[in-house]
Amino acid sequence: MERKIILENIEIEGIRSLEVYRENGGYKSIEKALKKMTPDEVVNEVKTSGLRGRGGAGFPTGMKWSFIDKKSGNPRYLVCNADESEPGTFKDRYLLMNIPHRLIEGMICASYALGANKAYIYVRGEFKTVIGILNEAIKESYKAGLLGKNILGSGYDLDLHVHTGAGAYICGEETALLESLEGKRGNPRLKPPFPAIKGLYDCPTVVNNVETLANIGWIVNNGGEEYAKIGVGRSTGTKLISACGNINNPGVYEIELGLPVEEFIYSDKYCGGVKGGKELKAVIPGGSSVPILPKHLILKTAEGQPRLMSYESLSEGGFVSGSMLGSGGFIVYDEDACIVRNTYNFSRFYHHESCGQCSPCREGTSWMESVLHRIENGEGRMKDIDLLVSIAGKIEGNTICPLGDAAAWPVAAAIRHFRHEFEFHVENPEVVKNVKHGSLEKYMEIPAVTGE
Amino acid sequence: MSEKQFKHKLYVKKGLKVAFTPETLEKIKIIISHYPEGQQKSALIPVLHIAQEEMGGSLNVDIMDYVAELLGITPIEVYEVATFYSQFYLDPVGKYVIEVCQTGPCAICGADDMIAYLEDKLKIKVGETTEDKLFSLKAVECLGACGSAPVMQVNTEFHEFLDLKKIDEIIAQLRSESEIKKPEELTWKERLS
Repeated sequence: MERKIILENIEIEGIRSLEVYRENGGYKSIEKALKKMTPDEVVNEVKTSGLRGRGGAGFPTGMKWSFIDKKSGNPRYLVCNADESEPGTFKDRYLLMNIPHRLIEGMICASYALGANKAYIYVRGEFKTVIGILNEAIKESYKAGLLGKNILGSGYDLDLHVHTGAGAYICGEETALLESLEGKRGNPRLKPPFPAIKGLYDCPTVVNNVETLANIGWIVNNGGEEYAKIGVGRSTGTKLISACGNINNPGVYEIELGLPVEEFIYSDKYCGGVKGGKELKAVIPGGSSVPILPKHLILKTAEGQPRLMSYESLSEGGFVSGSMLGSGGFIVYDEDACIVRNTYNFSRFYHHESCGQCSPCREGTSWMESVLHRIENGEGRMKDIDLLVSIAGKIEGNTICPLGDAAAWPVAAAIRHFRHEFEFHVENPEVVKNVKHGSLEKYMEIPAVTGE
Repeated sequence: MSEKQFKHKLYVKKGLKVAFTPETLEKIKIIISHYPEGQQKSALIPVLHIAQEEMGGSLNVDIMDYVAELLGITPIEVYEVATFYSQFYLDPVGKYVIEVCQTGPCAICGADDMIAYLEDKLKIKVGETTEDKLFSLKAVECLGACGSAPVMQVNTEFHEFLDLKKIDEIIAQLRSESEIKKPEELTWKERLS
């Protein structure tokens, strides 16, 4: 069964424009929410829907909304997190490039539910094209009376603006994003107080991912109960999965939660199997921060049950034999991929992106990168492997924001499941030194680097 | 300390006169109006994007001090932001800044080879600028387009599904564009206001 909620109508030509979007049923939810429902009713529908945050953490959206402080009388804000920068994740960019009004529609309903009269979309600075498209869409909506004062005669006002970042992974963390929106460095804040109490400009704020907000229009139109019927168990609805790596059809797919992982990888409707007919080696199912799983554990759980694309199934077995759905950044590795090199690559990423505020993360990510660099380059020692596990353990849980955990998990998981590759690197320095990229065989297939 | 005192590039003020055009100032006013009263500091990152684009491709202390004055904040508030975000350059760059993504998904799809090829082709190393000041080459972290790996951006314009032939074409095109005027692409100013 194929259900499309977010990407529905995406193939229609011109759907990026307000006119075509409305012709195809767009913005209906605004009429319903603003004129026929109270804000609390909207919140309740979202609660009933079981929708969970699509940015990575999977926190129930309705519950997050209900925490917002309405008593203080301070202005409330809705901020959309479009700072998509988790390696392997590119779903929000796809959505915004193609159907930006889906987000704006969801944001109007959400702002109404929260009682916010100002909302921002925080887009990462690299997405300059997306920023242009979004601003164009916002202008259209203002003109049509869907934004601004007295929306569609309902008496509700909302101003929506795009804010741009400038290249910092950490700003995807919600409090760092708020700091950045205030014109500061993206240093995450200590919680509590949570943004729902003290967020943007110290006012009550909700930060939601693009995909989360893109679901709201459908939920208002069809009701939370209908939404909850889609999916499996507590993983309700659909999820955008961005598939990349060594597969035949990289791209963004909207799947109903509960789809078997095996089908997702091998079906021609989705990834279309491993590229070049090679063997599957490993998968990172939810963006680079979540643990990597070898073939036998990604297709089936440790108990031998088929692994499903859902929050629960992917995390079954904890970190011993499971992983996480995360942001839906699905990275596939074929038999030739070098896990050590890949782990080194990600640890360099986290070192670069650490904001430097907490010592365990600032120093730990640097050490992990250095140690992995020497193993990858044939200068490692056997005790380095346990040293890495020890550093990862000392970062995890000891930092203000989850970037520390995000940096520690991939290293710990790679060693947990692929220790033999690390040992091979230490035992065979000469072999390792001569391989520049993946395995030797793979490297030979890539055309030799030549000058002009 | 030795006679030759360490001097961070941030403290080297050249005393250049910098100013936005009246038209740009109008656009900046619109951007500031997007934020609540008294919160014009929020406009700092957007304004720095515009400044960098309109004032030679990189930031220096004169530009940053000017932006601070414009937004009514202290210079240090601008410095700390400009040094934090990787899209702001504190060293001069070429006309075209080529940033190749080197993170995981791009790496397994051949990013390292693309970088090596570009180094060879442009005869510079990562982090350097060509002598004719046309190209700067940088290796950056995830650009968020992993499905079309390997990916690079040239002045924030994405080029996806790279291979050696495509790189040849892009460089050739940029070289010819630099002689004729580059067809107008929307600027930060236009996109943000």
